[in-house]
This record gives sequence, C-alpha cells and structure tokens, in this order.
Amino acid sequence: MKHKTLLSAAVICAIGGLALADSHAEGEFAKQIKARQAQMTIYSYNLGILGGMAKGEAEYDSEAAALAANNLAVATTIWMPSTWPQGSDNAATKGTRALPAIWEKFEDVGAKSQNLATAVAKLQESAGTDLDSLKAAIGPVGEACGACHKPYRAEK
Amino acid sequence: MRRLARVAVAVGLIALAVGWFLTRPQAADLTGLDAMSGDVARGAWVFDAAGCASCHSAPEAEGDALRVLSGGRGFPSPFGTFYAPNISPSPDHGIGGWTVADLANAMLVGISPDGAHYYPAFPYISYSNARLQDIADLHAFMMTLPVSEQPNRSHDVGFPFSIRRGLGLWKLLNAGKGWVIEQPATDQIERGRYLVEALGHCAECHTPRDALGGLDRDRWMRGGPVPVGKGSFPPLVPSQLKWSAEDIAYYLETGFTPDFDSAGGAMVEVIQNTSRLPPEDRAAIAAYLKTLPDGSADE
Ligand code: HEC
Ligand code: HEC
Ligand code: HEC
Repeated sequence: MKHKTLLSAAVICAIGGLALADSHAEGEFAKQIKARQAQMTIYSYNLGILGGMAKGEAEYDSEAAALAANNLAVATTIWMPSTWPQGSDNAATKGTRALPAIWEKFEDVGAKSQNLATAVAKLQESAGTDLDSLKAAIGPVGEACGACHKPYRAEK
Repeated sequence: MRRLARVAVAVGLIALAVGWFLTRPQAADLTGLDAMSGDVARGAWVFDAAGCASCHSAPEAEGDALRVLSGGRGFPSPFGTFYAPNISPSPDHGIGGWTVADLANAMLVGISPDGAHYYPAFPYISYSNARLQDIADLHAFMMTLPVSEQPNRSHDVGFPFSIRRGLGLWKLLNAGKGWVIEQPATDQIERGRYLVEALGHCAECHTPRDALGGLDRDRWMRGGPVPVGKGSFPPLVPSQLKWSAEDIAYYLETGFTPDFDSAGGAMVEVIQNTSRLPPEDRAAIAAYLKTLPDGSADE
C-alpha cells in the first residue's frame, strides 16, 4: 500500500510538472496559483481515465481503473494551504478563477474538499471491482467537484 | 414641456384603458384535467425534469433540503430582484390549499388563483408546453413534500415593473408561442424537445433575450451574456458545442465535460436534476440538441 502511494505521488508530481508548464498566471502569487491549478489538473487527468471507461470510450481495465482512483484519492489528500494565500483571488490578481468568497468562507471550502475526499474514497473502493460499480461511484465525485466550483470558481 | 407632459399623460391613459382590456389575465384551457388522477411516482420525475427545487428550495440548500420548498432564493434581473415563494404544502405560507387547476394555471399561463399575473422569473413561458397529466402528477407529488412555514419575501422591483397588470402586455408579446422545433424527426427527438423546451426550461438561460426580457426564439440556444453580473451562458447549438451526443448525456449525468473538468455556475443545479432522470431522458435531450439549427443559413 505504502509503495503504491509513493508511486502515485511520483506520478502526480510528474503530471503536476506538466500542468505547471502551461498555465498562464503571473504576478506575486503566480507559483501558488499554478500549483493549485495543477492539483485540479491531476483530478481531471485521473477522472479522464476512469470516465473514459465509464462512458464506454475505453475498454474497462480493472488495474488501470484502480490505479487512477488511487491517484485521485492521493491527490485529494494533498493539503497545501500555502497555495491559497490571501490576495490571490480573481479580483486581486490575474490568471486565476478563484473567487474572493473562498477567503470569506474558508471553513466551507474545507468541508467541500472533505466531501470530495469522501466521494473519492468510495470510488477508490469500487473502481477496480467492476465497471458498474465504477459507473455508480463516479457520479457523486462529479457532484462534489461541481459543489465547490459553483460558489468558488468564476465562470470562464 | 408641460404640454408635452399633458399629452403624454392622455396618451398614457388611453393606452392604459386599452391595455387594461388586453392585459386581463386569462385562464388556461384545462379540458380533461378533472378526469385525471395524479401519480406520485411520476410526479417525482416531472419535479426533477422541471427543476422546481433549483429555485424554490432555501438558498444554498443541498441534499434532502432540496425537497423543502420554502422559497427565499433571489433572482436578480434588469428589472429588479425576484424572490421565489414558498410552494411547500403549507396551507398558510405555501400552496397547500391549491387545486390541480390552480397549479396548471400558474404553470401554463402564469396566473395566480386570484387572477394576478406572475413575473416570468417563474419560467411559465417554458412550462406552457407541459402536459396536463404531468401537472396532475406533479401536484400529487408536491403535496407529499415537507411543509415549511417560511413566510414569503416580497420582490424588490421598482415602478412600473411592480404593477403586475402590466405583465399582461409582456405576455401578449411572449406567451403562448408553442414549440420552437415544430417537426421533430424522431420520437426520441420529440421526447428531448419536451424535456428541453418545456420541462427543463433550458432556453431560459441558454437563449439570448430581447430588450424587454423575452426569449429571442430566432437565436434559440445560441447562448449569450448573463443579464445581470459577469459571465455568459454557453451556446448549445451543434456548430458551437462540438461535443458528441454521448458527451452531452454524460455531462448531464455527472457534470464532467469531455476533458473532465466539472461544470460550474448555475449549471451545477441543473445537473443535480438531470442526473436523477433515467438515461433515456438524457440521451433524448442530447439527441434534440444535436438537431438544433445553428443559424448559419440566415447569418
Ligand atoms: C474545494 C473546492 C474545489 C473542489 C472540491 C474541486 N475544485 Fe476544481 N477548482 C476549484 C477552484 C477554486 C478553481 C480555480 C483555481 C484557480 O484558478 O486558481 C478550480 C479549478 C479547476 C480546474 C481548472 C484548472 C486550471 O488549470 O485553471 C479544473 C480542470 C478543475 N478545477 C477540476 C476539478 C475536478 C475534476 C474536481 C473534482 C474531482 C475539482 N476540480 C474539485 C475548486 C475546487
Ligand atoms: C427559474 C426559477 C424558477 C423555477 C425553475 C420554478 N419557479 Fe416557481 N416561481 C419562481 C418565482 C421567481 C416565482 C414568483 C413569481 C411571481 O411572484 O410573480 C414563482 C412562483 C411560483 C408559484 C406561485 C406561488 C404563489 O404563492 O403564488 C408556483 C405555484 C410555482 N412557482 C411553482 C413552481 C413549480 C411547480 C415549478 C417546477 C415545475 C417551479 N415553480 C419552477 C421561480 C421559479
Ligand atoms: C439557470 C441557468 C441554466 C439552465 C436553466 C440551464 N443551463 Fe446549461 N449551462 C448554464 C451555465 C452557466 C453553463 C456553463 C457552466 C460552466 O461554466 O461550467 C451551462 C453549460 C451547459 C452545457 C455545457 C456547454 C459548454 O460549452 O460547456 C450544456 C450541454 C448545458 N448547459 C445543457 C443544458 C440543458 C440540456 C439544460 C436544460 C435541461 C440547461 N443546460 C439548462 C446555465 C444553465
């Protein structure tokens, strides 16, 4: 298990690096903004693997599904408060869609992250068993992502 | 200047008199409704497909609280802010005393039991195409929901929009227009049309509005700026939304876009509803959207 987590962390760092390379934030908090966006990119990347199978675009592969769900789970445990410094909202700086409301309701943001972790833990349990379990568990994850984007991320 | 004002007043009065007649609230044709009995389980489907909870639950309600229709959410518009009323089955503060016919008149023609016009912030322009049987089922279902004794908050709209009677004129221009896609090619597309144009009221956000706040049916589902505040509603016509039908259906189920970002903004609550529909419904919505004209012929 420990070994797997380590591996996941390595994968995450590699993908994170890719995401860092193509983000456009500038200014005082550019690094922090890139880092938190990279965490989101890791979510999307792993969900892409799982969702591709759930949608029927890719063949179900229980090992790959379990690995992606594991990576996703690890990514939700990354807690980097330093990447959310005061003043790095979209009203104060460029290159971010983080709304100022995040800093007014930091506790709620934490609760929403926790909800995501809970939904992802369920996905982690079921992704590797069979396709139907994967399909059933991915919906609540999408709901948890959306529940935070609605109040805290600006529209494009 | 004074004279001009007086003429204006006179013209205004005549217009008012004519308007008073033209703007009188008229009830919907409810033939057959009496004989219908409501099915609670089907009513739950109508409730989800029509997204009533997204507007009538308490502000920021989640989970089970979405079924407590206490009202209180605010809807800013260029004409002022409207507040959704309590439509829980409370006889005092909600619609516990309403008959099926009362609900049908509200949804089909935007008229209250005592004959006043509703503001179109309540999307009855879309619901006007709802089937009577669906309204009977919906009524049966809504009466099983929890009671809330939350009093209604009055709208924050200035004169002249505060005069409900004036809405009659607006309705003359905008109500009762029927379907936009008149001849759906298949049964599936017809089902999708019902879910999108009538119950789902998708156009209320995804179709641009004219200066008076009416839906611009010539630019059906072509997106546009949010009327108040920042941001925009994306277009859903196939030339601009290049997703496959499967991608659209999957988005309506999980909120995931084809690149596995997740939906945001007002669409999150729509997806809370569409995710509860059977898969055939989401496929039908996608099939309908894929057939929309993109306007390239007339632009
Ligand atoms: C606790 C709140 C929260 C949760 C949960 C959350 N996000 Fe985000 N997400 C945000 C915020 C805030 C931003 C904007 C960050 C910025 O631009 O600085 C964002 C941005 C994004 C972006 C754009 C990144 C970029 O490069 O600009 C993607 C993609 C994304 N999220 C996907 C997801 C997915 C998929 C999930 C669920 C697995 C998820 N998010 C869960 C808050 C959240
Ligand atoms: C987009 C938001 C929105 C949606 C969706 C919506 N409503 Fe409403 N509704 C409103 C608003 C705003 C009003 C207040 C209108 C007014 O006062 O003129 C209202 C008024 C009403 C009323 C009148 C209540 C009264 O006390 O007179 C009823 C009944 C009602 N809605 C039922 C429904 C039902 C049933 C649904 C789903 C089929 C629904 N609404 C969906 C916003 C909405
Ligand atoms: C209350 C307003 C509202 C209603 C009603 C609404 N939408 Fe949306 N919709 C949005 C917003 C806002 C977005 C952009 C979401 C985002 O930024 O992530 C969107 C995005 C979408 C998208 C993705 C388009 C893209 O390019 O990202 C689809 C597909 C969609 N809506 C379909 C529908 C359907 C089908 C309905 C009716 C069942 C509907 N919408 C009803 C507001 C609405």
